[in-house]
Amino acid sequence: MAKIVGGVTTSHIPAIGNAIANELFEDPYWKPFFDGYPKARDWLAEVKPDVAIVVYNDHGLNFFLDKMPTFSIGAAPEYQNKDEGWGLKPLPPYPGDPELSWHIIESLVNDEFDICSCQEMAVDHGFTVPMALLWPDQTQRPVRTIPVAVNTVQHPLPTPARCLKLGEAIGRAVASYPKDLKVVVLGTGGLSHQLDGERAGFINKDFDLMCLEKIVDEPEALAKYSIHDLVRLAGAQGAELILWLIMRGALGRKVSKIHSNYHIPISNTGAGLLVLESAA
Amino acid sequence: MTAPHEPIPGTTIFDGRMAMKGYPLNKMCYSFNEAAARQEFLADEDAYCAKFGLTEEQKTAIKERNALALLAAGGNIYYLAKFIGMLGLNVQDIGAQQTGMTVEEFKAKLKAAGN
Repeated sequence: MAKIVGGVTTSHIPAIGNAIANELFEDPYWKPFFDGYPKARDWLAEVKPDVAIVVYNDHGLNFFLDKMPTFSIGAAPEYQNKDEGWGLKPLPPYPGDPELSWHIIESLVNDEFDICSCQEMAVDHGFTVPMALLWPDQTQRPVRTIPVAVNTVQHPLPTPARCLKLGEAIGRAVASYPKDLKVVVLGTGGLSHQLDGERAGFINKDFDLMCLEKIVDEPEALAKYSIHDLVRLAGAQGAELILWLIMRGALGRKVSKIHSNYHIPISNTGAGLLVLESAA
Repeated sequence: MTAPHEPIPGTTIFDGRMAMKGYPLNKMCYSFNEAAARQEFLADEDAYCAKFGLTEEQKTAIKERNALALLAAGGNIYYLAKFIGMLGLNVQDIGAQQTGMTVEEFKAKLKAAGN
């Protein structure tokens, strides 16, 4: 049977992609951020997942406002990035696992989550930056991927409570898959940041640190917030915390914290990293 | 419709009302995902704006590279980011513009949030 072995949450800021491209790992601005990642990679090397379910938000690459699905799941044999408007280089494609994708989609719909299934899906920095942080060698694709895109562009966004439940349903879906596979779930984005308006540059360190603590053993406490609460407390784009809650829900009740890191600022963001292992 | 929430100062919630208002502007910015579209815009901005049916308010905001005016005209930050990126600007440049600071002051404000 397939099993979720754990999860990683990480920021997915485009500037990180530029810093990786320019190898700024020892640069004083970037070092405290990049230094958080070797331990996450060590954990992945130890557990050797076969598949990564990557929960992220599309930032206007694959989806436009003509059709804005709340929850979308990729069911493609592979996924490619694009230049996103600022000339990003094409990366080697990320292999998918369409059989597991369809199993998850069927299981979720049966579980009363109505999903937009995508046989073609361009993946943006929300997906590619976390993958590059966790599996830096772009010539190797050691895991198959299943993108889960969540609308954080156009309100109404799905509530934190709904997202935690979606994660739980993803956990049930994976657990019912008959093949022996190890699955890791990535929750990307966050933590507090706001790009737009006179409030641009808003960061809330206390709130971020509280989230990093509560999400381990009390994710329900975070699921009580409304989206409006998250915008107020974590900034307009801090609402990406809902992506972390999907990851957390998928891991089951008991988890152990392997590693965490938090650094301000990376670009306009409080950047958080967390590695959680599911109970055996 | 649910009851309106308490407004958050300096923050516009991009909801259905704003999504309708900003539709042509965001559609134009979405087109900038393609390099050919960016070249077409840069070759003749007015014609490209007209092609997407931008309102006068939106055309002016594009012409003036004014982030707050683009947001007020219904622009969504994720689509606007493609316009901003095309101009060679980043989120700190735009953050500074929106908050009336220099870029250095804006960066210092971000750094101070970590103290």
